[in-house]
Amino acid sequence: MIKISVASGKGGTGKTTIATNLAAALSARGKHVAYLDCDVEEPNGGIFLKPTISAKSAVSVLVPQIDLEKCTFCGDCAAICEFNAIAVLKDNVIVFDSLCHSCGGCYHVCPEDAIKEVPRQIGEIQIGAANGLKFMEGRLNIGESQAPPVTRQLKRGMPASDIVIIDAPPGTSCPVIEAISNTDYLILVSEPTPFGLNDLRLAVGMARELKLPFGVIINRSDLGDNLTEDYCKNEGIEILLRIPFNRKIAEAYSDGRMACHQSDNYGENLYRLYENIAGRITND
Amino acid sequence: MTELVIISGKGGTGKTSLVASIGALAENKVMVDCDVDAADLHLILNSNLLESHEFIGGKKAEIIEERCNSCAICLDYCRFDAISENEDKFKIDPLACEGCGICKHYCPEDAIAFEPVVCGHWYMSETIHGPLVHARLGIAQSNSGRLVSHLRKQARELAAENGHEMIIVDGPPGIGCPVIASITGSDYVAIVTEPSLSAFGDMKRVHELIQHFNVSCGVIINKYDINPHMSAGIEAFAEENGIAVLGRIPFDKDMVAAQVAGKTIIDYQPGGLSDSIREIWKNLQADLKKVEVKKIDLKAL
Repeated sequence: MIKISVASGKGGTGKTTIATNLAAALSARGKHVAYLDCDVEEPNGGIFLKPTISAKSAVSVLVPQIDLEKCTFCGDCAAICEFNAIAVLKDNVIVFDSLCHSCGGCYHVCPEDAIKEVPRQIGEIQIGAANGLKFMEGRLNIGESQAPPVTRQLKRGMPASDIVIIDAPPGTSCPVIEAISNTDYLILVSEPTPFGLNDLRLAVGMARELKLPFGVIINRSDLGDNLTEDYCKNEGIEILLRIPFNRKIAEAYSDGRMACHQSDNYGENLYRLYENIAGRITND
Repeated sequence: MTELVIISGKGGTGKTSLVASIGALAENKVMVDCDVDAADLHLILNSNLLESHEFIGGKKAEIIEERCNSCAICLDYCRFDAISENEDKFKIDPLACEGCGICKHYCPEDAIAFEPVVCGHWYMSETIHGPLVHARLGIAQSNSGRLVSHLRKQARELAAENGHEMIIVDGPPGIGCPVIASITGSDYVAIVTEPSLSAFGDMKRVHELIQHFNVSCGVIINKYDINPHMSAGIEAFAEENGIAVLGRIPFDKDMVAAQVAGKTIIDYQPGGLSDSIREIWKNLQADLKKVEVKKIDLKAL
């Protein structure tokens, strides 16, 4: 099984477009493909792949529940909590669910056995299929702050297939790390603008920190300047593909239509890109 | 003092270009870049760094090898798969460590260090359009929400000190912790969207989040002519939900050209694109006034 993640640093560079079209192009050419939408704060892959959803499951985290009958208000639970999620008052204990990281510290440390851990739902996972490819999506509930547990559970349920395409969220912090860690190859999608380049540098730093092999796709390659090309050349970073701006594709995108259905080249180029990457992964 | 936050849900809708342009039009304000893991606002404001500070976020655990007796108790307690064993040697992966400190608490040999770590830097800069508070979260670090709260606090202090009337916040994409930290307790949220199913869907999610915090909001439709039909749909949704439509901006390659030139749109192109942003700023000011009146009424109560 080859796991390829698609990330970007900057948002809106075309991550989901690349991830969904890559998955569809591989599937159309006979590969067994699974697509995982790990942009759980704003999952949009389903808009393009239009899967039929066959199962849903809740994502829950454990939060403490205090038995005030047993509690002696000693304060040990509040003392061990690094996240200020528990406040112990004279005759009451307040738990701030949204601050809890589910580490279990309070549960373990309570000398009176007055803490029970109960599940609290923070998101949902959807499983389905679209034109022969397997589809999975994580979705964080609105108002919840922690995306990583949703991504973690989504990745644990990864279905067996030849190729898994992981659509990561933007940025370089914990939600992205959770999405791209333990994958075989990282595609960074950028655009040749000052913002695109600045965020690409950060994303490259992240890829190197995680020791992931990676390459760059320059999207809308004719809108902007040459500094991204120069940067990649100087850093010895492979540019996997350049995709020029195409208003027809932008319009199709806006309606949730796939780019690879607008132009045969689009899917073919992504398929070749995959063969190029896969050759190297198996050689390693 | 009014705190205006500009967010988008979906990334790449033109949020930062718009924040900079509004920054160019607004008087007597402080700008804050809360997109701390991909901060770009300083790139188009001709900014000059004045101060740089370390940001200490949470703590991280580390094994002190000489003291470790390989009992593996820490391994059992860690719920984040951060601790691994290799030939009786234990190691904590700093990227996976959540900073809960349970391993340290239960280590019988006191062989785990648990100290605050520098997880980024924050900066004060001077720009052609006034002061800018910004930051850079360390690569692969957590605690972005805490850093965002810290930036907003710094901006409020600066504004109080120098009598700035407004704080303009460039928010991060998504709906998670740095977004929540950006909008909590603010006065007004402007959502920058574009006419695509993805951006529209993301806007609805962001709007629902804003409602949790009971903050007034408006919407700006960028690249509206890419799909005029969907733009009309976004406006209809806005009207139904009491969101002010602050304006629309056409697709224009000058948006990118201005960025390449390192300038705001207002400074780069005095023509039609700038006019549409001036119109947005006018509408935004009118809506902000209503919020101000509401604030004063609330105080009077």
